[in-house]
Amino acid sequence: MDEPIPLHRREFLKTTTGLLTGLVVAGSPLALIAPGRAWAVDMTTLTSSEAATLMAVARTLMPHDKLEDAAYALVIQAIDGEASRDENLRRMIKAGVAGLGAGFAKSAESDRVAALKKIESSEFFQTMRLKTAQILYATPMAYAHFGYEGEAYSKGGYLLRGFNNLRWLPEVPLEDSGPMPAEE
Amino acid sequence: MARIEFSDGNSVVIIGSGAGGGTLAHELTRRGIKVVLLEAGKRQSRRTFSQIPGEAFLQLTWLDTRTQSGNWGVARDFPTLPVWHCKTVGGTTVHWTASAPRLQPWELRAKTTYGQLGDTSLIDWPISYRELEKYYEAAESRLGVTRRNGIPGLPASNNFKVMYAGAKKLGYKQVHTGHMAINPQPNDGRDSCIQQGFCVQGCKTGAKWSTLYTDIPRAEETGNLDLRVECTATRIEHGADGRINAVIYRDGEGKEQRQKARLVCVAGNAVETARLLLLSDSARFPQGLANSSGQVGRNYCHQITGFVWGIFDKPVYSWRGATLAGVVEDEAINNPRRGFVGGYRIELVTLDLPTLPLVGLPYGWGRDFASIMENYRNMAGLFINGEDMPRSDNRITLNSEVKDAFGLPVANVHVDEHANDQAMRKHAQGQMSRMYEAIGARRVVTGPTPPATHNLCTARMSADPRDGVSNAWGQAHDVKNLFISDGSALSTPGAANPTLTIVALTLRQAEYISQQMAAGNI
Ligand SMILES: Cc1cc2nc3c(=O)[nH]c(=O)nc-3n(C[C@H](O)[C@H](O)[C@H](O)COP(=O)(O)OP(=O)(O)OC[C@H]3O[C@@H](n4cnc5c(N)ncnc54)[C@H](O)[C@@H]3O)c2cc1C
Ligand code: SF4
Repeated sequence: MDEPIPLHRREFLKTTTGLLTGLVVAGSPLALIAPGRAWAVDMTTLTSSEAATLMAVARTLMPHDKLEDAAYALVIQAIDGEASRDENLRRMIKAGVAGLGAGFAKSAESDRVAALKKIESSEFFQTMRLKTAQILYATPMAYAHFGYEGEAYSKGGYLLRGFNNLRWLPEVPLEDSGPMPAEE
Repeated sequence: MARIEFSDGNSVVIIGSGAGGGTLAHELTRRGIKVVLLEAGKRQSRRTFSQIPGEAFLQLTWLDTRTQSGNWGVARDFPTLPVWHCKTVGGTTVHWTASAPRLQPWELRAKTTYGQLGDTSLIDWPISYRELEKYYEAAESRLGVTRRNGIPGLPASNNFKVMYAGAKKLGYKQVHTGHMAINPQPNDGRDSCIQQGFCVQGCKTGAKWSTLYTDIPRAEETGNLDLRVECTATRIEHGADGRINAVIYRDGEGKEQRQKARLVCVAGNAVETARLLLLSDSARFPQGLANSSGQVGRNYCHQITGFVWGIFDKPVYSWRGATLAGVVEDEAINNPRRGFVGGYRIELVTLDLPTLPLVGLPYGWGRDFASIMENYRNMAGLFINGEDMPRSDNRITLNSEVKDAFGLPVANVHVDEHANDQAMRKHAQGQMSRMYEAIGARRVVTGPTPPATHNLCTARMSADPRDGVSNAWGQAHDVKNLFISDGSALSTPGAANPTLTIVALTLRQAEYISQQMAAGNI
């Protein structure tokens, strides 16, 4: 069996305190590098069970059923990394996780939503909402899931790759639009 | 590039290298005037612009602390980032989306036109549209603005096709791909637009105008420019005669430096410009430099902005294509029967995937939020750009409780919205929703007011020295050799995105400064 692919550069000289793992799903950008393998994300300050609770928080906040776990794991990895450098954040996250209780990750979505609703104005909730939004949608897995093509400069932009390929509405008359740039 | 001695009291010091400062540096140096250009940020280039949205934001944005207060939505949705502009050579012309319309003649007579409205600090501009017109023409040819001077429009993107169809269903007449400072064809040494939609991350083709790769290198070529990057002005000093004679700044190593100056032009974007004047208080100017009127930092305007997202059954791929290339101009009129004075423009907008949840939908969570994001492919976007009402107490002040890296008080931004602002936003959101609904949108989502990108009027030009900080040339009423050379100088905001006006005013100011210097008046 191959070693699981680490999703993020491991921070050397730091002991692993926990782990998130999963399988690379078909069609994932990860499958291009390592089809059929497992992935792993090391934690440097959170335990595996704390990480699992945070995964469930992130999935409840921004639930995209078909977006693979590996994307959410990157959110948790980033929070863990920051928490290992920032004592206040570490304490706040650990207290937030403890407050949700051990059963949170395994409970039904409606229960998770109800539990989060109760703490909506807490710093823990606000931090989790912001971090999830910041990191989740910037992952290559999210780009693939949402169909976002990202950077295009290296491919000549979208000029010849679909910036005006919408056909379900009328075309815009030339006077309100403009000509395509002349071929060089 | 020139090296100007610290002790050279004959040089002009410009603070900030954006739309105002970068343009002015070029205009003065090409006339043979020696200029020290202080820029707090680093220098990037088309090669170094990051194409990862989050990284690009950190690379270019002014992130030094500010605080805020007031009832505007920004205080709730973006508590740590009241305003959004750049800290880099080229200023916010690196970030901007290049919509470059003119103000309309009546907008320069704001008090006369809207004067019946209470609870504002409206004034008329000390210059007329006729006086400004030829500078608008010069600015448009400098920036290569589309649909002007025989330059064609940009081709319509998918996102624009949606906007166009909706606008036409509502009967709007003036709908087109905008007056954009973006090259549809190569022009002025800059390439043509490849519709990649990374205008806010820094345009790698240079199709979008920025002082970073036009005015600043041209100013350097004259041999008269001494550009000092990572140098932050902290104080402007004057002599016993009340004339400015030096600028104190911190260099890249944090060391304090003192540059002597014959005259100083402040172009740090409206928040920092006001802050710097307030920080430069003295026995002669106890309320802050050039502030005998008490108007420095007051009348802060930011224009009414906000997003509206339309979700359709079929794909739009809105991220493909120039970010803001589309406009409906029919609402940019003054028709108080709509329930408010002043006009607004409906502009096209799109956000890249990582930025959408942060700037375009900064609230909500759970299934409803996720279902909006799930429709990213099928989403089209619109943006409001309208005139907000100046109020004396909407202002930039020093917050002595919070200090920056140099131990100086940070700026506090206070905004209480005028009822007119709220009525305009509501009308605009209603019209935009109707545009999308008219062509079968499955859902319309109104987004927030983003951190203020158009920061204006904090050292405004006024005919009466009691009403503002500077005269019709941006010259401080109180101090002859101090100039306001950025968006702070606008007398009122109008509904046009402000940068073309800032450039036009700067061209006019450069002419005046060089004449006045030659005549020995300053
Ligand atoms: C995302 C975005 C999109 C935009 N799109 C448009 C658009 O489509 N159309 C439009 O007209 N406008 C647009 N704008 C606004 C436009 O960028 C500004 O109006 C314009 O750049 C303001 O010019 P300025 O000279 O006032 O300041 P800036 O261009 O912001 O330049 C100010 C410079 O001064 C520097 N500085 C500040 N303080 C100091 C100091 N103490 N010492 C040294 N340096 C200092 C800053 O680092 C900065 O580089 C947009 C802005 C943003 C953020
Ligand atoms: S869309 Fe055009 S203007 Fe915008 S970044 Fe791309 S090439 Fe530049």
